[in-house]
Amino acid sequence: MHAVLRVFGKEFLENLRDRRTLLSALVFGPLFGPILFGVMVERMVNQSVLESDEPLKITISGGERAPNLARYLESQGIKMTAASLTEEAARASVKSGAAAVVLIVPPDFAPRFEAALPAPLLVVADSADSQTRRSAERLRAVLASYASGIAQRRLQIRGLDPLLAAPVAVNDVDITTPTGRAVVVLGFMTYFVLFSVLMGGLYLAIDSTAGERERGSLEALLSLPVPRSALAGGKILATCAYMCLSMALSLAAFVVVFRFVPLERLGMSANLGAGTALLFFAVCLPFVPLGAVLMTFVASFTRSYREAQTYLTGVLLVPTLPIAFASIYSLKAKSSLMFIPSLSQHLLMTSVLRDERIAPLDVLVSAGSSLILALVLFVLTARHWRRETMLG
Amino acid sequence: MIEAQALSKRFGPIQAVQAVSFRALDGQITGLLGPNGAGKSTTLRMLYGVLSPDSGSARIDGIDIRGETSSARAHLGVLPHAAGLYGNLTGRENIEYFGSLQRIGRKQLRARVDELARLLDMASFIDRRAKGFSQGQRIKVALARALVHEPANLVLDEPTNGLDVMAIRSLRDMLRALKLEGRCILFSSHVMQEVAALCDQVVVIGRGRVLACGALEAIRETSGTASLEEAFLKVLADAEREAMTPAGAPGRGEAQGRG
Repeated sequence: MHAVLRVFGKEFLENLRDRRTLLSALVFGPLFGPILFGVMVERMVNQSVLESDEPLKITISGGERAPNLARYLESQGIKMTAASLTEEAARASVKSGAAAVVLIVPPDFAPRFEAALPAPLLVVADSADSQTRRSAERLRAVLASYASGIAQRRLQIRGLDPLLAAPVAVNDVDITTPTGRAVVVLGFMTYFVLFSVLMGGLYLAIDSTAGERERGSLEALLSLPVPRSALAGGKILATCAYMCLSMALSLAAFVVVFRFVPLERLGMSANLGAGTALLFFAVCLPFVPLGAVLMTFVASFTRSYREAQTYLTGVLLVPTLPIAFASIYSLKAKSSLMFIPSLSQHLLMTSVLRDERIAPLDVLVSAGSSLILALVLFVLTARHWRRETMLG
Repeated sequence: MIEAQALSKRFGPIQAVQAVSFRALDGQITGLLGPNGAGKSTTLRMLYGVLSPDSGSARIDGIDIRGETSSARAHLGVLPHAAGLYGNLTGRENIEYFGSLQRIGRKQLRARVDELARLLDMASFIDRRAKGFSQGQRIKVALARALVHEPANLVLDEPTNGLDVMAIRSLRDMLRALKLEGRCILFSSHVMQEVAALCDQVVVIGRGRVLACGALEAIRETSGTASLEEAFLKVLADAEREAMTPAGAPGRGEAQGRG
């Protein structure tokens, strides 16, 4: 234990003086996620607010042929720009982006309308463009309500009950809350937290193994009367310390970001206060030794700093895989999933953000499985450190 | 006292060291002399316990070195071939780290490092970060790191590599002083003059085997040559010829595993 603490102290101090470690562990790692997250959510909020508040703008061609329709559209708050376009010209102008949505009233509109035949209207829009697709949908909805109004009046004039034309009454009950769509965003957030945990220890894991070998200080260290497991243990402990620092900073940054980002306008409760952040810290804490041992284990096999960097970049992606699966199959927190490290932490944090209760047993299983896996990896790491190949 | 008893080590198809036996006595400087790739580093690495021999044993003051917490290690100071330091620590912190891992108390350690700083003339740079050290300064700190727990035995793997004349001279003085304190010093070199200037006893090693062993003068006399250098070359040439004859072919003895 004495040796573990000595090694820990030396690694902690040495890396505190290393600009590269500090930048990656205490600046890039923890802040990259929250800032990106803030910008992303800000954009999402602005976009959805824009969509509903802004008046719909369309270009209308041949509006004089349907003065009633034009008046109706105007009454619905649609801003119209009159133009005289053929269908080809309209296509071209939508394609070039000069017009977002073009409504063409063809010459035979008026005669057919008067004869109570279906009167043609052309809506030209680009459905691949998410912005104008929404505009086109809104225009179609307005046109449909105009048409149903006309239909009702026609039936009334002919002495028929307008309800005849409405055989069913469909009521949409949409239970998607804006929180639903926020799940994807939350997935990002929890990933960023786990990412910052790993980033915090990345350089230390490399420096204390491959780096030590490359500098040529490893051989002298290995010739000391100190158990190899104590050497590896001290190094892993120092890696853990930086990972905890990085996670704490990252969570603190998220608390700040959540305060400024208007999540409630998406219908999400912005409940990442200091208390929740502490809970997250506790939930992710068992992931720290696992990540530290995993990175140290992988780095122990590499021959140089550069090689270690290459392999550990791959390790950084490991926690994304379960989270990606969780998003694709929209997994919910289940006890059976609590055995999978990183996924279990992700699910627990997501549950908390959704204001769902988390079962204490789930937390225990999540922590236990991560710690057991960490222990297994540590035994393997210590065994590798006892091998002669450790000298490189 | 450092004893090698029939040490053998094979790396894959290559027999790096074969049945190497010798004894380095207290109060003496023993030189392990041999050309590059003769198996010097492998032998030393078995002696300080980072490689385990396929057969034979290595003893420090009569204690087997094997086992990572062997007390033999506490009796031994090591300056490996690649004697790297921690660049972000000062010279003093580098030495203190190893001292604390050798379980020296804080106060005692402080005094010991001050003493080493005086002995090795490190006062001007010991409190600077090791990053900017010259090769000579680096070797001094690495040597201090090996001596911090006052080991009775010292193993140095080609310590003069990359040192200038001044630094080599001060290293020699240092080793002589340690010898006078009654310590056992074993160092390897491929430079004959290096060994001649310093050693009481020489172990000539080639192709992984001991070719000659004894006092310098005795080796010269047995080989019947006029100078030490010729003696060294003759011993190597004899071994080469022997290796060529089918009966005594021990296989290729090029050593690897030097870091």
